[in-house]
Amino acid sequence: MTASVDGNALAGALREIFAVDVTAAVVRCCGCGQAGAVAQLTVWAHAPGLVARCPGCSDVVLRVVRGPDRAWLDLRGTVALEVALPAE
Amino acid sequence: MARTAIPGRLTWRAATVTAVRDETPTARTLTLDVPGWPGHLAGQHVDVRLTAPDGYSAQRSYSLASASPTVELTVQVLADGEVSPYLGTAVKPGDQLELRGPVGGWFVWRPTDPAPVLLVAGGSGIVPLMAMIRTRAAAGSRTPFRLVHSARTPADALYATELARRTRDDAGLDVHHVWSRTAGRLTVATLNTHGWPPDFAPACYVCGPTGFVEAAADMLVALGHSPRLVKTERFGGTP
Repeated sequence: MTASVDGNALAGALREIFAVDVTAAVVRCCGCGQAGAVAQLTVWAHAPGLVARCPGCSDVVLRVVRGPDRAWLDLRGTVALEVALPAE
Repeated sequence: MARTAIPGRLTWRAATVTAVRDETPTARTLTLDVPGWPGHLAGQHVDVRLTAPDGYSAQRSYSLASASPTVELTVQVLADGEVSPYLGTAVKPGDQLELRGPVGGWFVWRPTDPAPVLLVAGGSGIVPLMAMIRTRAAAGSRTPFRLVHSARTPADALYATELARRTRDDAGLDVHHVWSRTAGRLTVATLNTHGWPPDFAPACYVCGPTGFVEAAADMLVALGHSPRLVKTERFGGTP
């Protein structure tokens, strides 16, 4: 069995793409509607990229693949990301 | 590596190993000099990238063990590891490696957080929690901290000497060890006795192997702690 880690391990790959830390954001799963911190997703890091699954229903909510000069971010399993920002 | 760093953009930096110290027979702490290090929060981690002469590269996440601005990583050598045997046994002062970070904004503790803190560590899961204990001391924080650390035997426990000293010198820090080879696994009774009552609404940080973390987090919720206050970081023993 390949061991999984958690969404904390997504921080570097996502911080390359986003201007803020996304692991502290709340993600809502398309599969079951459960919402929780991105850091609490179950992550498989042995694929060619990072595959993050919902801890509630195990559907894939996020995938990110880093190539030599670009990244692919697949969010089709995500209803929404709720990101805390400083007040305007 | 010669790219100019755009402020706010996450880029790989060259880090130089300045010191190496043994923690246990299978774990070492590397002190790194990282020019331009912006400082970090307790609990944050870095990505480390090693590249072989043939261009093959491997990348892993490591928790920062030190209080900012010192950059220290404690590496537990995994028998079937690809990166950890190099960092944990071969690397020496003067060597360079590539590093990016700090990253992660969820499993973090800030000295301005008012709640009492319960730290629950399984094996080398203590590393980011030690950064919190060190950051608390460096900030002169009086926030009450309790650490429950499960390790196989006393010889496997990271930071044992420093924790013994801090238990004596850092007012408001309590440490309880569970030696799992002789005493068995962490139990609800241990967390009940050596943690905080749920009424205190402590911030709970649990870090270790996946099975340990899931069991400990379940126990805390069963004891009445709000799941919202139980933060976890799991590592599956990534080779």
